[in-house]
Amino acid sequence: MSKLAIEGVSRVFPGVNGGAPTQALQPTDLSIEDNDFITILGPSGCGKSTLLRIVAGLDQPTTGRVLLDGVPVGRPGPDRGMVFQSYTLFPWLTVRQNICFGLREKGMPGAKQDEIADYFIGKTGLAGFENHFPKMLSGGMQQRTALARALANDPKMLLLDEPFGALDNQTRALMQELLLGIWETDRKTVLFVTHDIDEAIFMANRVAVMSARPGRIKTILAIDLPHPRHYTMKTTPEFSGYKAQLTEEIRTESIKAASMAP
Amino acid sequence: MIFEPLKPVSQAARIALGTIFFVLFLGLWSLVTWGGFIDPMFLKTPLDTLVTGYNLFAQFGFIKDVGITLFRVVGGFLLAAMVAVPLGILMGAFKPIEAFLEPFISFARYLPASAFIPLLILWAGIGEAEKLLVIFIGSVFQVILMVAGVVGSTRKDLVEAAYTLGADASGIVRRVMLPGAAPQIAETLRLVLGWAWTYVIVAELVGAETGIGHMIMDSQRMLDTGQMIFGIFTIGVIGLVTDFAFKWVNRKLYPWAF
Repeated sequence: MSKLAIEGVSRVFPGVNGGAPTQALQPTDLSIEDNDFITILGPSGCGKSTLLRIVAGLDQPTTGRVLLDGVPVGRPGPDRGMVFQSYTLFPWLTVRQNICFGLREKGMPGAKQDEIADYFIGKTGLAGFENHFPKMLSGGMQQRTALARALANDPKMLLLDEPFGALDNQTRALMQELLLGIWETDRKTVLFVTHDIDEAIFMANRVAVMSARPGRIKTILAIDLPHPRHYTMKTTPEFSGYKAQLTEEIRTESIKAASMAP
Repeated sequence: MIFEPLKPVSQAARIALGTIFFVLFLGLWSLVTWGGFIDPMFLKTPLDTLVTGYNLFAQFGFIKDVGITLFRVVGGFLLAAMVAVPLGILMGAFKPIEAFLEPFISFARYLPASAFIPLLILWAGIGEAEKLLVIFIGSVFQVILMVAGVVGSTRKDLVEAAYTLGADASGIVRRVMLPGAAPQIAETLRLVLGWAWTYVIVAELVGAETGIGHMIMDSQRMLDTGQMIFGIFTIGVIGLVTDFAFKWVNRKLYPWAF
């Protein structure tokens, strides 16, 4: 049985002010195995974030259902940790308090919370910044904290919605390696949404390419690159081969998306 | 260049500029009174006003009036805040409650507190209850709506993040909406406290035996403009001091917001 099963999930947004309803997502199927790392790649507006939000429980599908360990997903919950593209750290909490947010919500004793927080602070390279407020941190540091906060809850799955999209290129590359390093040791099941082809290949075991709106999964490409992966891998011929293939797939969709733009 | 939009000004320059205005104000006052441009019956010189003020404290026990007025403002304001802040939070967080209460409160906040004074005197007499009620009515509806607005504008992405971290409805209100809104709620209270000073004086002008407003009313009967002006300035000084205190406490309580 797969860890996560997306079965015939579609989403239609009702029309605004009596306008025509918008189909954001066509009925979509996807199954993800335990410890898998899947990236969803698609042009902007293809419904990839909508799909992720439905898995998270933050949006409800119009048809179909999502099963996690065979159990239908309804509301959001701590079993599906999420990192958002926007900076969503709680501004009134320090780095450590942010990381402990979910643990405190579970009613975990303080000493145990600190122990877990320390582990992830070390892992995400935030040592020395535990007592900083988010506004004192760079964008990369904020997303590292958001990642640590999601991981500290020990979720069954990690959902990432273009988490490095707002970062500069160098920081983004470092964050990719950081996340991949964590995955290589912890083997969480990950669903990662991105519009960046390099990122999609570098991170994933499989890349699911989405078509332009209304979105659906068009192709799934297995990425057969060895782990642990190092940034130098991005210049290998194998990597370039995948890139050429995905660039072609995405290009046709982007052209469609652009010609449909209002 | 001085007039560069949004360019910050140094702390020293800020204090200096603020002080200069007070000095200019005092200078103009001195000029028109000592210069003989205004009849002393209408406006006393700064020095005479100060002496009048000293006599008010030394001979007429003005400190008691100040004390009772302070009690009324703070008392009425705290009563209003105790009712309004929880209600505002509930309205901001839960839309059905907002839909239920908002239309009435929007109506009620236009009812002028001062217009209630004759009615309140009939209902509650001219004692402290009436004074506190005037301030309560003047403040409570404003605070409810402002707090509801602040809480209702909680960042949606923070709420969503909290949900994915396992928070339930009560966790969202207690651990996301409340701490996020707290600095602005405090700011709202600071603003409304300023308005409460207007209501208390109006309440004291009508049917009061004590208080700063009552003293001002009494002074009018004796044509003592010095006392009247001193009374008004006393309120200004108290307002300025509480305002600074409020701001200082906010900065200490919510360092992340400033």
